[in-house]
Formats: sequence, structure tokens, C-alpha cells
Amino acid sequence: MKNIKVLGSGCRNCEITANVITLAAKQAGVAIALEKVTDIAGIMAYGVMSTPGVVVDGKLVHSGGIPGPDPVRSWVEG
Amino acid sequence: MFEQLGNLVAFGLLGLSPERAGGAAVQFFVMDVAKIFVLLVAVIYLMGLLRALLSPERVREFVRARADWQARAFAVTLGALTPFCSCSSVPLFIGFVEAGIPLGVTYSFLIASPMINEVAVVILVGILGWKLAALYVAAGLLVAWFGGIVMQLLKPERWVEAYVWQIQMGKAELPAPDRSFAGRHRYAVAEVREIVNRIWKWVLLGIGVGALFHGFVPEQWVSEHLGGEAWYTVPAAVLTGIPLYSNATGVIPVAEAMLTKGVAVGTTLALMMSVAALSVPEMLILRKVVKWQALAAFAAVLAVAFTLVGWGFNAITQ
Repeated sequence: MKNIKVLGSGCRNCEITANVITLAAKQAGVAIALEKVTDIAGIMAYGVMSTPGVVVDGKLVHSGGIPGPDPVRSWVEG
Repeated sequence: MFEQLGNLVAFGLLGLSPERAGGAAVQFFVMDVAKIFVLLVAVIYLMGLLRALLSPERVREFVRARADWQARAFAVTLGALTPFCSCSSVPLFIGFVEAGIPLGVTYSFLIASPMINEVAVVILVGILGWKLAALYVAAGLLVAWFGGIVMQLLKPERWVEAYVWQIQMGKAELPAPDRSFAGRHRYAVAEVREIVNRIWKWVLLGIGVGALFHGFVPEQWVSEHLGGEAWYTVPAAVLTGIPLYSNATGVIPVAEAMLTKGVAVGTTLALMMSVAALSVPEMLILRKVVKWQALAAFAAVLAVAFTLVGWGFNAITQ
């Protein structure tokens, strides 16, 4: 099962990003474990300064802004 | 074109009289709403296309390990170019501290970022003309530069929350930005949506206040009280601006109305800067990383700087 983390201290864009990923996973029929990292030390540990950031299986794949549909699909499926 | 639209709606459709306060206010409101929102969308989109390539992480790499004045020059320029949302000022602050960038430089960045951005500049040019836009930008850069230096003299390190020094930033490989046109277009559209969503209420509010001022405040009263002769009008403008908070773009219509009624240029600039750069919500967010003494010092340094700038411009333009 894929482990996806959304990094962000609870801003609106972080919520949207988490929702987009959940939805994409549901559509693809893939089970994922989604975790929201909201504490600042945890976020910065990934080297991210612009939130939301997305980490897939321990690897940072996105930072800053709501990700587009294509990358999101590739994260849950790939 | 926008003026005709304002005339059409206010005097044509609603049948108001241009001679009356209500008519003048409605005309101003319609004209500025149309003009500012058209400019807003166009500028944010175009800048978004270019800026898809710039992120705070890259700014940090750029600024770290440079001589003080160089770092400050980069920080101020990049702060002016990038309208970071205030929700990212905490990670930004910590990221800068962690990179060993002097706090004074970080403060320069934090001052420049909300005060000057390309959106505000283009709208300033469109509404108040390039001269005033240039003055505003010059004043903003000056305040950011010296404000940061003064903050450094106050030894702000003692006011940083202890946990900030402990945070270790991971050295993650940042995903490469999507440089294709489609990717940049997507970024720019998202940017337009995000920024317009965030600031439209400030802009409408600003235009509303500007329209009321334009329609209902008599010119005579303005020239008697706010014409610039009295020294206290500038500090009064700065103090008025501190509790008021709006996006830099939102204060422009207010400034427009003030200037056309004869409020002195320096007084207007002081109010604009104070409203845009000194905001309570922003301060409360920063409170997570610094103690309140730092915020008080920050507010005081900026208030003094804006007052000096206001007096300076009033002296020059009179």
C-alpha cells in the first residue's frame, strides 16, 4: 500500500490537496494510507518551505500550490 | 474605457447625477472594480507563467552563504518579486534561520514581500501613474533595506523561540519544476485562482472605501486637514494604518481617492505602506517563531520608517 503524506500546517490548499489525492485514489481503485503532517518541524524535515508538499513513500514529489490532476494520478497509480 | 463603463452604469443605467455624492461614488466604484480586476487577472497570469520557475526553496539557496549586503539585496528583490502567502511566512522564517541567513536579512525579506509585489505595481501604474508607482516602490525598497539593518542592530536573535534553532531541515531533492508551456499555463491559472480568491474582498473593500471618500468627503475639508502642512498628519496616517489590514492592492483605490481630493503624497504613501505591510494577522502568524518583543520592535521600526518616508515625500513634493 502506498504511503502518501501531505505536508502543511492546515491551510486551505493543504486540505484541498489531501482531498484531491483521496479522490484520485478512490477513482483508480488503489488503497493508500494518507497522512497529514501538520507540525512545522515535521514539514521542514523534508526540506519544504512552500506548502502544501506531497511525499510518496518517503520521497518528496511536490511542493507549493495545489498539484494538477496528472501528477496526482501518477502518484497513486505509479 | 473603464471610465465610460462607470459613467454608463452610474449615470445611464441608475440615472444618478455626477454632481451628487452618490453618483460620483457609484461611478468611481464601477470604474475601479472593472479596471482593477481586469488588470489583476492579466498581471497574475503573466507573472505566473514566469514564476512557475521560482520557489522559496530556491530563494533560500540563492541567499544563503553570501556577504551581508549581497544577501540583503537578493532578499529585498526576491521579496518584491514573490507574493508569498502569509501562511508560508513561518516555514520561510525557519528555513532562512536554518540556512544561517542573518535575521536582519530575513526581516528585510519579510518587509519587502507584502509591501511590494508586481500586482500592486502594475495596478499602481494603471491607476495612479508610473511616477507614483516608482515612488512607492523606491520607498518600499528603502524601508525594507534599512528596516532589516535596524532590526539586526536590536539583536533579534534573543527573541527567536528556542525550538526554531533546533529544527533540522532535510535536504530533499526538490522535484524539478515543469518547464513546458502547458505546465506553466496550469501553474499560472492556479495562481490567478489562488490570489484572486485570497484578495478580492480586500480589493472590493478598498474600492468601496475609496468610492465613499471620493463621493462624500468634501475637498475643502481635506485640504484644510490633510493637505500636508501639519506635521502630525503623517504619523496619524501610519497609526491609522496599523490596525487596518488590507492587501497592498486593496489600498490603491483608497490612495487614488485621497490623492484626487488633495491629500499630500507623502501622507498617502505612509498610509498605503502601513496598511499593506503592518498587519495584525501577519504578526500573529509570526508570533509562532518569535517572541512578542520582536514583533513590537518590528512594528515600531516600520512605523518610524513609514513616518520618515511620508515626511520626506511631503517635503519634496511641496
